[in-house]
Amino acid sequence: MRMAHMTEPTVTENDVMAAQPDVDVADLGDSGRDVSSIAVDLPEQLTELGTTVGEVRCEDPYVVAEKVNVHYGDNHAIQNVTLEISKKEVIALIGPSGCGKSTFLRCLNRMNDSIESARVTGQITLGGQDIYSKEFDPVALRARVGMVFQKPNPFPKSIYDNVAYGPRIHGLANDRAELDDIVHRSLERAGLLKEVIDRLDEPGTGLSGGQQQRLCIARTIAVNPEVILMDEPCSALDPIATARIEDLMDELAEDYAIVIVTHSMQQAARVSKRVAYFHLGLLVEVDETDTIFTNPRHKLTEDYITGRIG
Amino acid sequence: MTLVGGPAHGTALHSLPGYYGYFTAIWCLLPALAVLLLWVLLEPRMIVALVVQGLPEAQRNLPAGELNLLVNNIQNLAAGDAVSGSVDAILTDAANRFNEYSVLSRKILAVLTLGLGGLGASIAWRRIHPDFRARNRVEQIVLVALIAASSIAIFTTIGIVLSVLFEAIRFFQKVPATEFLFGLNWSPQTAIRADQVGSSGSFGAVPLFTGTLLITAIAMLVAVPVGLMTAIYLAEYSSRRVRGIAKPLLEVLAGIPTVVYGFFAALTVAPWVRRAGESMGLEVASESALAAGLVMGIMIIPLVSSLSDDAINAVPSAMRDGALGLGSTRSETMTRVILPAALPGIVGGILLAVSRAIGETMIVVMAAGLAANLTANPFEAVTTVTVQIVTLLVGDQEFDSAKTLAAFALGLMLFVVTLILNVIGLNVVRKYREQYD
Repeated sequence: MRMAHMTEPTVTENDVMAAQPDVDVADLGDSGRDVSSIAVDLPEQLTELGTTVGEVRCEDPYVVAEKVNVHYGDNHAIQNVTLEISKKEVIALIGPSGCGKSTFLRCLNRMNDSIESARVTGQITLGGQDIYSKEFDPVALRARVGMVFQKPNPFPKSIYDNVAYGPRIHGLANDRAELDDIVHRSLERAGLLKEVIDRLDEPGTGLSGGQQQRLCIARTIAVNPEVILMDEPCSALDPIATARIEDLMDELAEDYAIVIVTHSMQQAARVSKRVAYFHLGLLVEVDETDTIFTNPRHKLTEDYITGRIG
Repeated sequence: MTLVGGPAHGTALHSLPGYYGYFTAIWCLLPALAVLLLWVLLEPRMIVALVVQGLPEAQRNLPAGELNLLVNNIQNLAAGDAVSGSVDAILTDAANRFNEYSVLSRKILAVLTLGLGGLGASIAWRRIHPDFRARNRVEQIVLVALIAASSIAIFTTIGIVLSVLFEAIRFFQKVPATEFLFGLNWSPQTAIRADQVGSSGSFGAVPLFTGTLLITAIAMLVAVPVGLMTAIYLAEYSSRRVRGIAKPLLEVLAGIPTVVYGFFAALTVAPWVRRAGESMGLEVASESALAAGLVMGIMIIPLVSSLSDDAINAVPSAMRDGALGLGSTRSETMTRVILPAALPGIVGGILLAVSRAIGETMIVVMAAGLAANLTANPFEAVTTVTVQIVTLLVGDQEFDSAKTLAAFALGLMLFVVTLILNVIGLNVVRKYREQYD
């Protein structure tokens, strides 16, 4: 069910209609209708949903999602999403609210497990291991795939204990000196050490919003993860704190794969190497950041980044 | 009100038409009601004073006690009841006048209230015009009513505390405070009449407080672990179905009257404790602190569990996500993040439960006994402050004997102890509260 005018060779075989016959056709047709009138003067662009355009594969993939579907009860929140993420890149997930980008993010460390009605099908592998297989321990997974949340959520403990929490439960330090070392290095890495060195035993909740978020990042990297998921990490912060976090992401990208969900197109453009655009639970387009923002192939992507949707 | 000609004119009014109605109603009712209330309160005294003034010189100068009796007789005669002593002319005359005054008073009252109502209505009528801010006025009056309602509770509390305080002071004039606070012997039986055989009484409250403490401690040993674990299970681990069944059942447990717990303790648990103790070679009194404490603990479980449950649920789910996202198991999340965050609420709940246990009466009356033993042995009978207050005040009492007044002193002590507990509890809660806000 490819579009007749599809000319780009990079379109993947990820055809929703073929893979999943019971998908809601009316829904897809509906979405296509909105843009068909504008599509007249942009004949080379795709307007139909259901296929992901761009390049979902990448070199040296580390996290691989294959045909992932998520249902919340009767709601089909993620439909047949395939995406590869390599070990040293920042990939941004963008899209209008409710498009499933946060849900997809939470699939990658199985945080959806705690939602009773959520059902995940398809396959997600981390370094070749299927993270949804029975043998795989979700608790161990979350130590390898850390997460930073939308609202800074330091524990009601001291700054030190916040960072030391992960190493303590995973037994990463043998003695106090090692733990001190991990805490200091993590805070240093998160660019917070200088600001809090004199008050490590004060509560983490006493910091400013931006500092709290960097504390949460320090807490996440203290357990030495391989991938860091960030769910709109700057949406509760002011522009200066946001800039600091973005700088931090640049530095962290040298060592970690970072998947960031963001509502800010500028932020996606600034921090990410690749961008994935989600729409109504479908992965519409994935490509290099520059390509997405300068020359999107799909009509919906274009509409979103130019502010016509969302 | 003639101005309100319909929706077209409605816009010219400051307030909705209804508010002008409320305003008028308030003016009609409030002054009239106030006068009615005052009149009803003062009327009997006024009439008695008038009747007494009409009495002959001889009766008027009787001592207060006898005069009181005479007035009583007059009132009884007027109402047609039996009268003590003989009925003479003076008495019938006075009774007739008493009735006359009563009828007159009712008439005056009727005229006065109706008149005031009418007066209020006319004042309201005159004040109402389209610019009149009836809504604001009505709201002001409602505000006053709210303040009055809330001050009822405050003044009642103050009144109770003061009356307990003054009676306790009277008690301490008879029995030295040091003896009461540090005395080790409690036996409040005193001879009421001079010819009665009775001990002189001793009022050392220490055995009562140790008894109270012992039973409370046993109750908390039962209630805190069980209640807390129940709350943890229900809040974090149980499926929605289990929670839906277990929570209402716990609330049923909270709804059982304490007197039912009391006979359950006395008839079932106490003999069981005794038999169990005997089988292990221990000597257990048939009324023991252990039995009362166990049952009281069961009674308090729902209080502890529901307050802890609230505290645990109040911890933001962001904390849960954060801990889980770092690779904690559910138990690690619970013990290392959620419980510490919920601790102030839990401590507050436990202190409330302690106050409840200290004040509990029914179970201990039935199951713990009345003997004021100074002991820490849970197998012996002990008694508590509340039980002693009950026994001191049950039956015929002489109001100015040390025995009766001791109840007030005990009440005061109990009040002070629970107050201190509550203050500590509130401070603990406040100290830790802002941590996750």
